[in-house]
Amino acid sequence: MSIAAKANALWEYANPRKFLATSERVMPFFWITSIACIVVGLIWGFFFTPDDYKQGSTVKIIYLHVPAALMAINCWLMMLATSLVWLVRRHHVSALAARAAAPIGIVMTLIALATGAIWGQPMWGTWWAWDPRLTSFLILFLFYLGYVALWEAIEDPDTAADLTSVLCLVGSVFALLSRYAVNFWNQGLHQGASVMRAAAVTGADTEEKVSNIYFYPLLLCMIGFVLLFIALVLYRTGTEIRARRIKALLARERVNG
Amino acid sequence: MIALLLRDLKLALRAGGGFGLGLAFFLIVTVLVPFSVGPQSSLLSTIAPGILWLGALLACLLSLDRLLALDWEDGSLDLLATAPLPLESVVTIKALAHWLTTGLPLVLAAPFLGVLLNLPVPGFSWLVISLLIGTPAMSVIGTFGAALTVGLKRGGLLLSLLVLPLYVPTLIFGAEVARRGAMGMETQTPLLMLAGITAATIALLPFASAAVLRINLR
Amino acid sequence: MIPDLGKYADTVMWSYVVSIALLVALIVFSVMRGRKVRAEMEKVEQRMTRNG
Repeated sequence: MSIAAKANALWEYANPRKFLATSERVMPFFWITSIACIVVGLIWGFFFTPDDYKQGSTVKIIYLHVPAALMAINCWLMMLATSLVWLVRRHHVSALAARAAAPIGIVMTLIALATGAIWGQPMWGTWWAWDPRLTSFLILFLFYLGYVALWEAIEDPDTAADLTSVLCLVGSVFALLSRYAVNFWNQGLHQGASVMRAAAVTGADTEEKVSNIYFYPLLLCMIGFVLLFIALVLYRTGTEIRARRIKALLARERVNG
Repeated sequence: MIALLLRDLKLALRAGGGFGLGLAFFLIVTVLVPFSVGPQSSLLSTIAPGILWLGALLACLLSLDRLLALDWEDGSLDLLATAPLPLESVVTIKALAHWLTTGLPLVLAAPFLGVLLNLPVPGFSWLVISLLIGTPAMSVIGTFGAALTVGLKRGGLLLSLLVLPLYVPTLIFGAEVARRGAMGMETQTPLLMLAGITAATIALLPFASAAVLRINLR
Repeated sequence: MIPDLGKYADTVMWSYVVSIALLVALIVFSVMRGRKVRAEMEKVEQRMTRNG
Protein backbone atom coordinates (compact mmCIF):
# COMPACT_ATOMS: atom_id res chain seq x y z
CA MET A 1 0.00 0.00 0.00
CA SER A 2 1.37 3.37 -0.93
CA ILE A 3 1.73 6.17 1.59
CA ALA A 4 -1.04 8.19 -0.02
CA ALA A 5 -3.43 5.27 0.11
CA LYS A 6 -2.46 4.65 3.74
CA ALA A 7 -3.09 8.25 4.68
CA ASN A 8 -6.37 8.07 2.87
CA ALA A 9 -7.40 4.92 4.69
CA LEU A 10 -6.42 6.49 7.99
CA TRP A 11 -8.51 9.54 7.29
CA GLU A 12 -11.40 7.37 6.29
CA TYR A 13 -11.07 5.46 9.50
CA ALA A 14 -10.53 8.30 11.94
CA ASN A 15 -13.62 10.34 11.31
CA PRO A 16 -16.14 7.51 11.33
CA ARG A 17 -14.59 6.25 14.55
CA LYS A 18 -15.08 9.63 16.17
CA PHE A 19 -18.62 9.70 14.84
CA LEU A 20 -19.35 6.29 16.32
CA ALA A 21 -17.94 7.22 19.71
CA THR A 22 -19.88 10.49 19.88
CA SER A 23 -23.13 9.03 18.59
CA GLU A 24 -22.92 6.12 21.08
CA ARG A 25 -22.73 8.71 23.84
CA VAL A 26 -25.62 10.93 22.78
CA MET A 27 -27.93 8.29 21.35
CA PRO A 28 -29.55 7.16 24.63
CA PHE A 29 -30.63 10.75 25.26
CA PHE A 30 -32.34 10.97 21.88
CA TRP A 31 -34.00 7.56 22.16
CA ILE A 32 -35.39 8.21 25.62
CA THR A 33 -36.58 11.77 25.08
CA SER A 34 -38.07 11.03 21.67
CA ILE A 35 -40.04 8.02 22.84
CA ALA A 36 -41.10 9.91 25.98
CA CYS A 37 -42.28 12.87 23.89
CA ILE A 38 -44.19 10.68 21.44
CA VAL A 39 -45.81 8.55 24.13
CA VAL A 40 -46.82 11.54 26.25
CA GLY A 41 -47.95 13.54 23.21
CA LEU A 42 -50.01 10.71 21.78
CA ILE A 43 -51.62 9.81 25.12
CA TRP A 44 -52.36 13.45 25.79
CA GLY A 45 -53.80 13.89 22.32
CA PHE A 46 -55.67 10.62 22.23
CA PHE A 47 -57.25 10.61 25.69
CA PHE A 48 -57.35 14.20 26.87
CA THR A 49 -58.31 16.40 23.94
CA PRO A 50 -61.92 17.04 22.99
CA ASP A 51 -63.41 16.20 19.60
CA ASP A 52 -63.47 18.86 16.96
CA TYR A 53 -66.94 20.27 16.35
CA LYS A 54 -66.67 19.58 12.63
CA GLN A 55 -64.34 16.62 12.29
CA GLY A 56 -65.37 14.70 15.36
CA SER A 57 -62.77 12.40 16.84
CA THR A 58 -60.81 12.17 13.58
CA VAL A 59 -58.95 15.31 14.64
CA LYS A 60 -56.86 12.99 16.82
CA ILE A 61 -55.16 11.69 13.68
CA ILE A 62 -53.37 15.02 13.43
CA TYR A 63 -50.90 13.94 16.12
CA LEU A 64 -49.49 11.35 13.75
CA HIS A 65 -50.24 12.82 10.36
CA VAL A 66 -48.62 16.23 10.72
CA PRO A 67 -45.38 15.14 12.44
CA ALA A 68 -44.90 12.36 9.89
CA ALA A 69 -45.45 14.76 6.99
CA LEU A 70 -43.06 17.23 8.60
CA MET A 71 -40.34 14.60 8.91
CA ALA A 72 -40.96 13.27 5.39
CA ILE A 73 -39.94 16.65 4.00
CA ASN A 74 -37.21 17.44 6.56
CA CYS A 75 -35.65 14.05 5.93
CA TRP A 76 -35.23 14.90 2.27
CA LEU A 77 -33.74 18.28 3.21
CA MET A 78 -31.28 16.55 5.51
CA MET A 79 -30.34 14.15 2.72
CA LEU A 80 -29.85 17.11 0.38
CA ALA A 81 -27.53 18.78 2.90
CA THR A 82 -25.49 15.64 3.57
CA SER A 83 -25.26 14.91 -0.15
CA LEU A 84 -23.83 18.37 -0.71
CA VAL A 85 -21.34 17.88 2.11
CA TRP A 86 -20.27 14.58 0.57
CA LEU A 87 -19.83 16.09 -2.89
CA VAL A 88 -17.85 19.06 -1.62
CA ARG A 89 -15.91 17.71 1.35
CA ARG A 90 -15.84 13.97 0.56
CA HIS A 91 -16.81 13.17 4.13
CA HIS A 92 -17.81 9.50 4.14
CA VAL A 93 -20.03 9.68 7.19
CA SER A 94 -22.07 12.31 5.38
CA ALA A 95 -22.87 10.07 2.41
CA LEU A 96 -23.67 7.16 4.69
CA ALA A 97 -25.98 9.36 6.79
CA ALA A 98 -27.94 10.23 3.66
CA ARG A 99 -28.22 6.55 2.85
CA ALA A 100 -29.30 5.77 6.40
CA ALA A 101 -31.96 8.47 6.36
CA ALA A 102 -33.72 7.49 3.14
CA PRO A 103 -35.68 4.48 4.49
CA ILE A 104 -36.81 6.62 7.43
CA GLY A 105 -38.12 9.12 4.89
CA ILE A 106 -39.97 6.35 3.09
CA VAL A 107 -41.67 5.24 6.30
CA MET A 108 -42.57 8.83 7.25
CA THR A 109 -44.04 9.45 3.80
CA LEU A 110 -45.98 6.19 4.06
CA ILE A 111 -47.37 7.16 7.47
CA ALA A 112 -48.39 10.57 6.16
CA LEU A 113 -50.04 9.03 3.09
CA ALA A 114 -51.72 6.21 5.02
CA THR A 115 -53.12 8.38 7.80
CA GLY A 116 -54.15 10.91 5.17
CA ALA A 117 -56.06 8.26 3.22
CA ILE A 118 -57.71 6.84 6.34
CA TRP A 119 -58.60 10.35 7.44
CA GLY A 120 -59.78 11.41 4.02
CA GLN A 121 -62.23 8.54 3.72
CA PRO A 122 -64.83 9.89 6.20
CA MET A 123 -63.96 13.58 5.69
CA TRP A 124 -63.82 13.81 1.92
CA GLY A 125 -65.68 10.62 1.08
CA THR A 126 -62.66 9.21 -0.72
CA TRP A 127 -59.41 7.50 0.18
CA TRP A 128 -57.45 9.35 -2.38
CA ALA A 129 -57.86 12.65 -4.22
CA TRP A 130 -55.40 14.21 -6.61
CA ASP A 131 -55.08 17.16 -4.33
CA PRO A 132 -51.79 19.07 -4.73
CA ARG A 133 -50.52 18.10 -1.30
CA LEU A 134 -51.34 14.44 -1.72
CA THR A 135 -49.88 14.32 -5.18
CA SER A 136 -46.67 16.02 -4.07
CA PHE A 137 -46.24 13.43 -1.36
CA LEU A 138 -46.75 10.62 -3.81
CA ILE A 139 -44.03 12.11 -6.01
CA LEU A 140 -41.78 12.49 -2.97
CA PHE A 141 -42.40 8.82 -2.20
CA LEU A 142 -41.30 7.89 -5.74
CA PHE A 143 -38.14 9.95 -5.31
CA TYR A 144 -37.32 8.12 -2.10
CA LEU A 145 -37.90 4.75 -3.76
CA GLY A 146 -35.65 5.64 -6.70
CA TYR A 147 -32.96 6.95 -4.37
CA VAL A 148 -32.91 3.82 -2.24
CA ALA A 149 -33.05 1.58 -5.32
CA LEU A 150 -30.03 3.35 -6.80
CA TRP A 151 -28.05 2.89 -3.58
CA GLU A 152 -28.90 -0.79 -3.53
CA ALA A 153 -28.09 -1.32 -7.21
CA ILE A 154 -24.50 -0.04 -7.28
CA GLU A 155 -21.67 -2.21 -6.02
CA ASP A 156 -18.89 0.31 -5.44
CA PRO A 157 -19.75 2.40 -2.36
CA ASP A 158 -18.01 5.59 -3.53
CA THR A 159 -19.67 5.49 -6.94
CA ALA A 160 -23.01 4.82 -5.29
CA ALA A 161 -22.50 7.78 -2.93
CA ASP A 162 -21.60 10.08 -5.83
CA LEU A 163 -24.45 9.02 -8.06
CA THR A 164 -27.11 9.14 -5.36
CA SER A 165 -25.86 12.57 -4.27
CA VAL A 166 -26.26 13.93 -7.79
CA LEU A 167 -29.68 12.28 -8.01
CA CYS A 168 -30.63 13.92 -4.72
CA LEU A 169 -29.62 17.36 -6.00
CA VAL A 170 -31.36 17.01 -9.37
CA GLY A 171 -34.32 15.35 -7.70
CA SER A 172 -34.71 18.24 -5.27
CA VAL A 173 -34.97 20.73 -8.11
CA PHE A 174 -37.53 18.57 -9.86
CA ALA A 175 -39.45 17.94 -6.62
CA LEU A 176 -39.78 21.68 -6.15
CA LEU A 177 -40.81 22.06 -9.77
CA SER A 178 -43.38 19.28 -9.40
CA ARG A 179 -44.82 21.02 -6.36
CA TYR A 180 -45.58 24.11 -8.44
CA ALA A 181 -46.67 22.10 -11.46
CA VAL A 182 -49.07 20.06 -9.35
CA ASN A 183 -50.54 23.19 -7.79
CA PHE A 184 -51.12 24.64 -11.21
CA TRP A 185 -52.47 21.43 -12.67
CA ASN A 186 -55.04 20.82 -9.99
CA GLN A 187 -56.37 24.36 -10.10
CA GLY A 188 -56.69 23.89 -13.81
CA LEU A 189 -58.54 20.61 -13.54
CA HIS A 190 -60.77 20.79 -10.49
CA GLN A 191 -62.17 24.17 -9.68
CA GLY A 192 -64.55 22.49 -7.27
CA ALA A 193 -61.74 20.98 -5.24
CA SER A 194 -61.53 24.11 -3.09
CA VAL A 195 -64.38 22.70 -1.01
CA MET A 196 -62.26 19.70 -0.32
CA ARG A 197 -59.13 21.67 0.33
CA ALA A 198 -60.99 23.76 2.89
CA ALA A 199 -61.78 20.56 4.73
CA ALA A 200 -58.21 19.36 4.58
CA VAL A 201 -56.61 19.94 7.93
CA THR A 202 -53.06 20.06 6.67
CA GLY A 203 -50.32 22.63 6.59
CA ALA A 204 -51.58 26.15 6.13
CA ASP A 205 -55.10 25.22 7.14
CA THR A 206 -53.79 23.87 10.40
CA GLU A 207 -52.35 27.19 11.47
CA GLU A 208 -55.75 28.85 11.68
CA LYS A 209 -57.76 25.91 12.77
CA VAL A 210 -55.76 24.19 15.43
CA SER A 211 -56.44 25.88 18.72
CA ASN A 212 -54.22 25.63 21.77
CA ILE A 213 -55.97 22.52 23.06
CA TYR A 214 -54.69 20.60 20.07
CA PHE A 215 -51.51 22.55 19.60
CA TYR A 216 -49.53 21.54 22.69
CA PRO A 217 -49.83 17.77 22.28
CA LEU A 218 -49.18 18.24 18.56
CA LEU A 219 -46.04 20.23 19.32
CA LEU A 220 -44.90 17.51 21.70
CA CYS A 221 -45.44 14.87 19.00
CA MET A 222 -43.56 16.95 16.46
CA ILE A 223 -40.60 17.34 18.80
CA GLY A 224 -40.78 13.62 19.51
CA PHE A 225 -40.71 12.77 15.81
CA VAL A 226 -37.73 15.07 15.20
CA LEU A 227 -35.81 13.48 18.08
CA LEU A 228 -36.78 9.99 16.95
CA PHE A 229 -35.53 10.83 13.47
CA ILE A 230 -32.19 12.00 14.87
CA ALA A 231 -31.87 8.88 17.01
CA LEU A 232 -32.68 6.63 14.06
CA VAL A 233 -30.30 8.43 11.73
CA LEU A 234 -27.47 8.21 14.27
CA TYR A 235 -28.14 4.53 14.85
CA ARG A 236 -28.54 3.62 11.19
CA THR A 237 -25.50 5.66 10.16
CA GLY A 238 -23.50 3.66 12.70
CA THR A 239 -24.78 0.48 11.09
CA GLU A 240 -23.81 1.73 7.62
CA ILE A 241 -20.33 2.69 8.83
CA ARG A 242 -19.82 -0.80 10.29
CA ALA A 243 -21.16 -2.47 7.14
CA ARG A 244 -18.75 -0.37 5.11
CA ARG A 245 -15.88 -1.34 7.40
CA ILE A 246 -16.69 -5.03 7.05
CA LYS A 247 -16.57 -4.61 3.29
CA ALA A 248 -13.21 -2.81 3.47
CA LEU A 249 -11.74 -5.41 5.82
CA LEU A 250 -12.88 -8.30 3.66
CA ALA A 251 -11.44 -6.59 0.59
CA ARG A 252 -8.10 -6.14 2.36
CA GLU A 253 -8.17 -9.76 3.44
CA ARG A 254 -8.67 -10.84 -0.14
CA VAL A 255 -5.80 -8.66 -1.36
CA ASN A 256 -3.42 -9.92 1.32
CA GLY A 257 -4.22 -13.50 0.39
CA MET B 1 -19.55 16.78 -33.15
CA ILE B 2 -21.52 16.39 -36.33
CA ALA B 3 -19.72 13.16 -37.07
CA LEU B 4 -20.82 11.81 -33.69
CA LEU B 5 -24.39 12.88 -34.32
CA LEU B 6 -24.42 11.25 -37.74
CA ARG B 7 -22.92 8.08 -36.32
CA ASP B 8 -25.58 7.88 -33.61
CA LEU B 9 -28.36 8.49 -36.11
CA LYS B 10 -27.02 5.86 -38.46
CA LEU B 11 -26.73 3.32 -35.66
CA ALA B 12 -30.26 4.03 -34.47
CA LEU B 13 -31.66 3.56 -37.96
CA ARG B 14 -29.64 0.49 -38.75
CA ALA B 15 -30.25 -1.33 -35.48
CA GLY B 16 -33.94 -0.74 -36.12
CA GLY B 17 -34.56 -0.82 -32.38
CA GLY B 18 -34.71 2.74 -31.13
CA PHE B 19 -36.35 4.15 -34.18
CA GLY B 20 -39.22 1.74 -34.74
CA LEU B 21 -39.80 0.66 -31.17
CA GLY B 22 -40.97 3.99 -29.80
CA LEU B 23 -43.33 4.61 -32.70
CA ALA B 24 -44.76 1.09 -32.51
CA PHE B 25 -45.36 1.49 -28.80
CA PHE B 26 -47.05 4.86 -29.32
CA LEU B 27 -49.30 3.28 -31.94
CA ILE B 28 -50.16 0.34 -29.68
CA VAL B 29 -51.12 2.59 -26.76
CA THR B 30 -53.40 4.82 -28.82
CA VAL B 31 -55.03 1.96 -30.67
CA LEU B 32 -55.68 -0.03 -27.50
CA VAL B 33 -57.11 2.82 -25.45
CA PRO B 34 -60.52 2.88 -27.24
CA PHE B 35 -60.84 -0.86 -26.69
CA SER B 36 -60.28 -0.47 -22.99
CA VAL B 37 -62.35 2.66 -22.26
CA GLY B 38 -65.11 2.22 -24.84
CA PRO B 39 -65.81 3.74 -28.23
CA GLN B 40 -67.84 6.83 -27.17
CA SER B 41 -66.36 9.64 -29.20
CA SER B 42 -67.16 12.32 -26.60
CA LEU B 43 -65.19 10.44 -23.94
CA LEU B 44 -62.33 9.77 -26.32
CA SER B 45 -62.02 13.39 -27.40
CA THR B 46 -61.87 14.47 -23.74
CA ILE B 47 -59.04 12.15 -22.87
CA ALA B 48 -57.27 12.24 -26.25
CA PRO B 49 -54.67 14.95 -25.38
CA GLY B 50 -53.74 13.19 -22.15
CA ILE B 51 -53.53 9.76 -23.76
CA LEU B 52 -51.39 11.03 -26.62
CA TRP B 53 -49.03 12.76 -24.21
CA LEU B 54 -48.83 9.72 -22.00
CA GLY B 55 -48.20 7.47 -25.00
CA ALA B 56 -45.41 9.73 -26.23
CA LEU B 57 -43.85 9.81 -22.75
CA LEU B 58 -43.94 6.04 -22.34
CA ALA B 59 -42.57 5.53 -25.84
CA CYS B 60 -39.70 7.84 -24.91
CA LEU B 61 -39.12 5.96 -21.65
CA LEU B 62 -39.02 2.66 -23.48
CA SER B 63 -36.11 3.65 -25.68
CA LEU B 64 -34.00 5.22 -22.92
CA ASP B 65 -32.04 2.19 -21.77
CA ARG B 66 -30.51 1.83 -25.23
CA LEU B 67 -29.42 5.45 -25.22
CA LEU B 68 -26.00 4.88 -23.67
CA ALA B 69 -25.94 1.15 -22.94
CA LEU B 70 -24.68 0.07 -26.38
CA ASP B 71 -21.84 2.58 -26.34
CA TRP B 72 -21.01 1.50 -22.81
CA GLU B 73 -20.85 -2.17 -23.73
CA ASP B 74 -18.57 -1.84 -26.74
CA GLY B 75 -16.32 0.66 -24.98
CA SER B 76 -16.91 3.60 -27.28
CA LEU B 77 -18.02 5.67 -24.29
CA ASP B 78 -14.52 5.35 -22.83
CA LEU B 79 -13.13 6.57 -26.12
CA LEU B 80 -15.55 9.48 -26.20
CA ALA B 81 -14.59 10.41 -22.65
CA THR B 82 -10.92 10.67 -23.59
CA ALA B 83 -11.65 12.46 -26.86
CA PRO B 84 -11.05 16.23 -27.05
CA LEU B 85 -14.79 16.80 -27.15
CA PRO B 86 -16.06 17.67 -23.64
CA LEU B 87 -18.37 15.07 -22.16
CA GLU B 88 -21.04 17.73 -21.75
CA SER B 89 -21.33 18.05 -25.53
CA VAL B 90 -21.24 14.29 -25.94
CA VAL B 91 -24.30 13.84 -23.73
CA THR B 92 -26.04 16.75 -25.42
CA ILE B 93 -25.47 15.14 -28.79
CA LYS B 94 -26.64 11.81 -27.45
CA ALA B 95 -29.82 13.49 -26.24
CA LEU B 96 -30.24 15.24 -29.59
CA ALA B 97 -29.81 11.96 -31.46
CA HIS B 98 -32.34 10.34 -29.16
CA TRP B 99 -34.77 13.18 -29.79
CA LEU B 100 -34.31 13.00 -33.56
CA THR B 101 -34.87 9.25 -33.64
CA THR B 102 -37.60 9.01 -30.99
CA GLY B 103 -39.08 12.38 -30.08
CA LEU B 104 -39.45 13.85 -33.55
CA PRO B 105 -41.15 10.79 -35.10
CA LEU B 106 -43.56 10.79 -32.18
CA VAL B 107 -44.38 14.45 -32.78
CA LEU B 108 -45.00 13.75 -36.47
CA ALA B 109 -47.11 10.67 -35.76
CA ALA B 110 -49.21 12.30 -33.03
CA PRO B 111 -51.71 14.12 -35.32
CA PHE B 112 -52.55 10.92 -37.19
CA LEU B 113 -53.13 9.06 -33.95
CA GLY B 114 -55.14 12.06 -32.77
CA VAL B 115 -57.62 11.29 -35.55
CA LEU B 116 -58.13 7.82 -34.11
CA LEU B 117 -58.99 9.32 -30.72
CA ASN B 118 -61.38 11.99 -32.02
CA LEU B 119 -59.12 14.82 -30.94
CA PRO B 120 -61.06 18.10 -31.43
CA VAL B 121 -59.85 20.07 -34.46
CA PRO B 122 -58.27 23.05 -32.64
CA GLY B 123 -56.32 20.55 -30.54
CA PHE B 124 -54.13 19.27 -33.37
CA SER B 125 -51.85 22.26 -33.69
CA TRP B 126 -51.54 22.61 -29.90
CA LEU B 127 -50.77 18.93 -29.53
CA VAL B 128 -47.97 19.14 -32.07
CA ILE B 129 -46.61 22.37 -30.58
CA SER B 130 -46.66 21.04 -27.02
CA LEU B 131 -45.01 17.78 -28.03
CA LEU B 132 -42.46 19.62 -30.12
CA ILE B 133 -41.49 21.74 -27.12
CA GLY B 134 -41.85 19.01 -24.51
CA THR B 135 -40.12 16.00 -26.07
CA PRO B 136 -36.61 17.54 -26.06
CA ALA B 137 -36.90 17.89 -22.27
CA MET B 138 -37.85 14.23 -22.06
CA SER B 139 -34.79 13.24 -24.11
CA VAL B 140 -32.45 15.35 -21.96
CA ILE B 141 -33.92 14.11 -18.67
CA GLY B 142 -33.81 10.59 -20.05
CA THR B 143 -30.13 10.98 -20.89
CA PHE B 144 -29.50 11.93 -17.27
CA GLY B 145 -31.33 8.80 -16.12
CA ALA B 146 -29.46 6.66 -18.64
CA ALA B 147 -26.14 8.12 -17.45
CA LEU B 148 -27.02 7.29 -13.84
CA THR B 149 -27.81 3.65 -14.57
CA VAL B 150 -25.35 2.99 -17.40
CA GLY B 151 -23.02 0.74 -15.44
CA LEU B 152 -25.74 -1.53 -14.11
CA LYS B 153 -26.56 -4.96 -15.46
CA ARG B 154 -30.32 -4.67 -15.42
CA GLY B 155 -30.75 -0.94 -15.20
CA GLY B 156 -33.94 -0.75 -17.24
CA LEU B 157 -36.43 -0.97 -14.39
CA LEU B 158 -34.37 1.29 -12.14
CA LEU B 159 -34.05 3.79 -14.98
CA SER B 160 -37.82 3.98 -15.32
CA LEU B 161 -38.25 4.43 -11.57
CA LEU B 162 -35.66 7.21 -11.46
CA VAL B 163 -36.95 9.06 -14.50
CA LEU B 164 -40.65 8.73 -13.67
CA PRO B 165 -40.82 11.50 -11.03
CA LEU B 166 -38.52 13.70 -13.12
CA TYR B 167 -41.00 13.55 -15.99
CA VAL B 168 -43.93 14.76 -13.90
CA PRO B 169 -43.60 18.53 -14.45
CA THR B 170 -43.08 18.14 -18.20
CA LEU B 171 -46.07 15.82 -18.49
CA ILE B 172 -48.30 18.09 -16.43
CA PHE B 173 -47.57 21.23 -18.39
CA GLY B 174 -47.38 19.52 -21.78
CA ALA B 175 -50.65 17.68 -21.41
CA GLU B 176 -52.22 20.81 -20.01
CA VAL B 177 -51.28 22.78 -23.14
CA ALA B 178 -52.74 20.08 -25.38
CA ARG B 179 -55.89 19.77 -23.26
CA ARG B 180 -56.55 23.47 -23.08
CA GLY B 181 -55.81 23.82 -26.78
CA ALA B 182 -58.30 21.04 -27.58
CA MET B 183 -60.96 22.76 -25.49
CA GLY B 184 -60.22 26.11 -27.09
CA MET B 185 -58.95 27.67 -23.88
CA GLU B 186 -56.04 30.02 -23.29
CA THR B 187 -52.75 28.07 -23.40
CA GLN B 188 -50.13 30.71 -22.77
CA THR B 189 -49.27 30.00 -19.13
CA PRO B 190 -48.64 26.24 -19.37
CA LEU B 191 -46.94 26.72 -22.72
CA LEU B 192 -44.49 29.20 -21.20
CA MET B 193 -43.88 26.91 -18.24
CA LEU B 194 -43.28 23.97 -20.57
CA ALA B 195 -40.88 25.98 -22.69
CA GLY B 196 -39.14 27.18 -19.53
CA ILE B 197 -38.66 23.64 -18.26
CA THR B 198 -37.32 22.49 -21.62
CA ALA B 199 -34.92 25.41 -21.91
CA ALA B 200 -33.68 24.97 -18.34
CA THR B 201 -33.18 21.21 -18.65
CA ILE B 202 -31.33 21.58 -21.95
CA ALA B 203 -29.11 24.26 -20.46
CA LEU B 204 -28.35 22.67 -17.10
CA LEU B 205 -28.96 18.93 -17.09
CA PRO B 206 -26.13 18.00 -19.52
CA PHE B 207 -23.67 19.13 -16.83
CA ALA B 208 -25.26 16.74 -14.34
CA SER B 209 -25.36 13.95 -16.94
CA ALA B 210 -21.70 14.47 -17.83
CA ALA B 211 -20.70 14.55 -14.16
CA VAL B 212 -22.58 11.33 -13.53
CA LEU B 213 -21.06 9.71 -16.59
CA ARG B 214 -17.56 10.67 -15.41
CA ILE B 215 -18.26 9.02 -12.06
CA ASN B 216 -19.46 5.89 -13.82
CA LEU B 217 -16.44 5.79 -16.13
CA ARG B 218 -13.99 6.25 -13.25
CA MET C 1 -60.57 3.56 29.38
CA ILE C 2 -60.75 4.26 25.67
CA PRO C 3 -62.47 7.59 25.12
CA ASP C 4 -65.69 7.70 23.18
CA LEU C 5 -64.63 8.21 19.61
CA GLY C 6 -68.12 8.38 18.18
CA LYS C 7 -68.80 7.21 14.66
CA TYR C 8 -65.19 7.73 13.60
CA ALA C 9 -63.75 5.19 16.03
CA ASP C 10 -62.54 2.88 13.26
CA THR C 11 -60.86 5.69 11.38
CA VAL C 12 -58.94 6.95 14.39
CA MET C 13 -57.98 3.51 15.64
CA TRP C 14 -56.79 2.38 12.23
CA SER C 15 -54.59 5.42 11.71
CA TYR C 16 -53.00 4.89 15.10
CA VAL C 17 -52.52 1.18 14.54
CA VAL C 18 -51.05 1.61 11.05
CA SER C 19 -48.73 4.48 12.00
CA ILE C 20 -47.44 2.94 15.20
CA ALA C 21 -46.97 -0.41 13.46
CA LEU C 22 -44.92 1.27 10.73
CA LEU C 23 -42.81 3.16 13.26
CA VAL C 24 -42.20 0.07 15.36
CA ALA C 25 -41.35 -1.94 12.24
CA LEU C 26 -38.83 0.71 11.20
CA ILE C 27 -37.19 0.73 14.62
CA VAL C 28 -37.15 -3.06 14.91
CA PHE C 29 -35.67 -3.52 11.46
CA SER C 30 -33.03 -0.87 12.09
CA VAL C 31 -32.02 -2.43 15.40
CA MET C 32 -32.02 -5.96 13.98
CA ARG C 33 -29.79 -4.99 11.08
CA GLY C 34 -27.59 -2.92 13.41
CA ARG C 35 -27.08 -5.89 15.75
CA LYS C 36 -26.30 -8.23 12.89
CA VAL C 37 -23.78 -5.88 11.29
CA ARG C 38 -22.11 -5.13 14.61
CA ALA C 39 -21.71 -8.84 15.40
CA GLU C 40 -20.35 -9.51 11.95
CA MET C 41 -17.85 -6.68 12.23
CA GLU C 42 -16.57 -8.02 15.52
CA LYS C 43 -16.18 -11.44 13.98
CA VAL C 44 -14.27 -10.10 10.99
CA GLU C 45 -12.09 -7.84 13.16
CA GLN C 46 -11.22 -10.72 15.48
CA ARG C 47 -10.24 -12.88 12.54
CA MET C 48 -8.10 -10.05 11.15
CA THR C 49 -6.22 -9.56 14.42
CA ARG C 50 -5.68 -13.28 14.80
CA ASN C 51 -4.29 -13.60 11.31
CA GLY C 52 -2.26 -10.44 11.72
